[in-house]
Amino acid sequence: MRKIGLKEVDDIALGASLLGAGGGGDPYYGKLMAIGAIKERGAVDLISPDEVPDDAIIMPIAMMGAPTVLCEKGTGGNEYQVIYDIVSQYLGKSVYAVMPMEAGGVNSMLPIAAAARLGLPMVDCDGMGRAFPELQMVTFTIGGVSATPMALTDEKGNSAIFNTITNKWTEELARAVTMSCGGSVTVGLYIMTGATMKAYGVKNIVTRSEMLGRAIRSVKDQPELTPEDAFLKASEGYRLFRGKIVDVLRETNGAFNLGHVILEGIGDFKGQKAEVSFQNENLAAVVNGEIRATVPDLICLVDTETFTPVTTEALKYGKRVLVVGLKCYEMWRTPKGLELVCPRYFGVDTDYIPLEERVKGGAV
Amino acid sequence: MYKLGIDVGGTNTDAVIINQQREVVAEVKHPTTNDVYEGILCAIREVLEISGVDRKEIRQTMLGTTQCTNAIVERKHLAKVGLIRIGAPATTGIPPMVDWPEDIQAVVEDYVVIRGGFEFDGKELSPLDTEAARAFLERMKGKVQSIAIASVFSTIRNDHELAIAQLCREVMGEDIHISISSEIGSMGLIERENATILNAALYRVAQQLTEGFAKSLVEEGISNAEVYLSQNDGTLMTMEHARRYPILTIACGPTNSIRGASYLSQVKDAIVIDVGGTTTDLGVIQNEFPRESSIAATIGGVRTNFRMPDIISIGLGGGSIVRQGPDGQVTVGPDSVGYRITSEALVFGGKTVTATDIAVRLGMAELGNPSLAAGIDEDFARRAMDVIRNMVEECIDSLKLSNEDVDVILVGGGSIVLPKDLAGTAHVYNPEHFGCANAIGSAISKVSGNYEQLIDYNQIPRDQALEQAKEQAVKLAVDAGAIPETVEIIEVEDVPLAYCVGNTCRVRVKAAGDLT
Repeated sequence: MRKIGLKEVDDIALGASLLGAGGGGDPYYGKLMAIGAIKERGAVDLISPDEVPDDAIIMPIAMMGAPTVLCEKGTGGNEYQVIYDIVSQYLGKSVYAVMPMEAGGVNSMLPIAAAARLGLPMVDCDGMGRAFPELQMVTFTIGGVSATPMALTDEKGNSAIFNTITNKWTEELARAVTMSCGGSVTVGLYIMTGATMKAYGVKNIVTRSEMLGRAIRSVKDQPELTPEDAFLKASEGYRLFRGKIVDVLRETNGAFNLGHVILEGIGDFKGQKAEVSFQNENLAAVVNGEIRATVPDLICLVDTETFTPVTTEALKYGKRVLVVGLKCYEMWRTPKGLELVCPRYFGVDTDYIPLEERVKGGAV
Repeated sequence: MYKLGIDVGGTNTDAVIINQQREVVAEVKHPTTNDVYEGILCAIREVLEISGVDRKEIRQTMLGTTQCTNAIVERKHLAKVGLIRIGAPATTGIPPMVDWPEDIQAVVEDYVVIRGGFEFDGKELSPLDTEAARAFLERMKGKVQSIAIASVFSTIRNDHELAIAQLCREVMGEDIHISISSEIGSMGLIERENATILNAALYRVAQQLTEGFAKSLVEEGISNAEVYLSQNDGTLMTMEHARRYPILTIACGPTNSIRGASYLSQVKDAIVIDVGGTTTDLGVIQNEFPRESSIAATIGGVRTNFRMPDIISIGLGGGSIVRQGPDGQVTVGPDSVGYRITSEALVFGGKTVTATDIAVRLGMAELGNPSLAAGIDEDFARRAMDVIRNMVEECIDSLKLSNEDVDVILVGGGSIVLPKDLAGTAHVYNPEHFGCANAIGSAISKVSGNYEQLIDYNQIPRDQALEQAKEQAVKLAVDAGAIPETVEIIEVEDVPLAYCVGNTCRVRVKAAGDLT
């Protein structure tokens, strides 16, 4: 067990924007909620999955709804208590700890606020190891855990608990209620036992986020390494390309931010071309016509000077970026994992081949 | 009839006089003094003397100043503020100023978060708790002279903000200074609230600034002139307006410089490169107004959501120091001899190799005593110029929206150090009077009218509604002093209130025209 204070929150937020793999949104408002809660209630206890008893109840916390609304209304602060109460009552057993459902973007921050306000520990674990766009895309689905019973509340105190027959129903019903409640709500879902969390969760992901954030901040402080090498070493990333954005082609399709970005090589990639496609998160990186990485591996674009992650909303002509591939959590590479998040599910017409094998085939 | 434009920058206070044909009659640069007014007075005196213009013939004076920015950055002369946030039970998870640097949090004497505010669809989030507001205001009586009010979704409906402002005047008297968020910022409660607090904290600076300027004009015998202040969107506001919304002057310097450059070169769409002694600012002019940045602007460590001009600053200027490292690599800047260039640069008899010396050595400029730079190795000079070229070309490229070549306008005293054949550019303009583009930008600024209203398109069709809104905006601009024939619509925005019964949109139109 260790403490998560204000400094750690800063690093985790920065790391989370990298693990967002282009998506997950700007964690800024989430970070303010975490800071607000810690300043009021004190630092949060981060516990390792091994410290959790097998029969303990663990509850992932997330927000649902429109980011624009979240940026006006924030949260009230009492939502976590409401969710805790209805879940504990429903299960007839108290929730032992909270955890993030996804490590990328704004949802990486809310469980910190929840833990601080509830006085509960947060488990160093999540269900993605990155960000994904759909509700069922969590490792817990592989383990047969249902999204429901799912508790939902708004800041006014309205609350509901859902029991649904499929995750699609969960999504549909919850969206309708979210709109009626004012467009942004807090949810507790995929509630599970300590044993299930240990079997299927992505362990030590909060610590990894924090380490990544700290590494990005200090890439220039390592005398024996170039900043780029320092970044690659700390992130265990594969350098896929370095280039300048020469075009961003976007399509709008409902809730998703779809498109692809065209890159022209700079530095030792001069004369080469690359293309990265995205649907909220980055899906595939193609260098000189050859696929070098696909989802579920993480494809991250970072600024070549500051190494801060560039989200798909912020892509624009002229930006110089380093394209980096990070290995996804092993469970996503199993047949059951790929059923949920294989490249074809996202419209990328190829089999999944692990990043490190694709890279080996090329001349990097 | 003449206009007097003044720009107070960190290093120089510039003044220009332009005539009715909008030609520059005289321009001066004077070092900015510790007591800002002294610098302004000296610049005015000098420019009047050079021009020989009769003081009585100056009918308009425009001031662009960094004083409000400096007050925030240096945490000086800020007034104590009482903050009322309207939004409970929402928003309480993020207390006000939660990520502000500690030293500036002290501007808020106390705050309260009361029930009220609206949902995204204009529905009431919670009934307004006027009693809680009244209790807070009673408590603030005698402690603060300035109140900031920010409500959830006040960009959609500001009824609650206006009601609390009214209550505030009842409780604390008509003299109380009130800042309400819907008049200051856009979507994003925290950023809007932050800007509102800063505006409230600036009221005394604004008072001194406007009174001081008016007084120095009278002292100089300029008593027939209307007085305006530059805003960061490239338009002017009256002194009365400036007293209420001082935060809107933040970052007007780069805006003025970009607009001045556009005016001087008669180019409406281009990249403007303003090279000073230490830094170079690059921005984009689109249809005579600066392109706005999409990134949240941080002022003195406080995040706001102002639309600032999209500016890139790099450490390159006329005084940038040029060196060769132990690895043989040539570097330019980011350190500079700054204003000491006239004594430290080689061509002025000094000992430091500056970017200016490189330009003189390569025959790109004639300045000081060129023979003093003749000793610079030509290969070294060429390599230094390549570094300068790369720095600027990279910035030009990152400001472009596509691969197409763009026009470039070079201004600022240091612009002689840049090569004229920059990659990615179609035509490079070097307008006359380029040294005082800021003050000129201030002098030629327009006045604007902003109209904002919630309109149900089911009752008034969209085309008709937009037409009406445009008429209103034009009328407001004319009321503010614009010549009717010159007024143009510069911004139209209609945002639907999503998931709202009916078809209600928030319509916002901005019109601007030349002053008479």
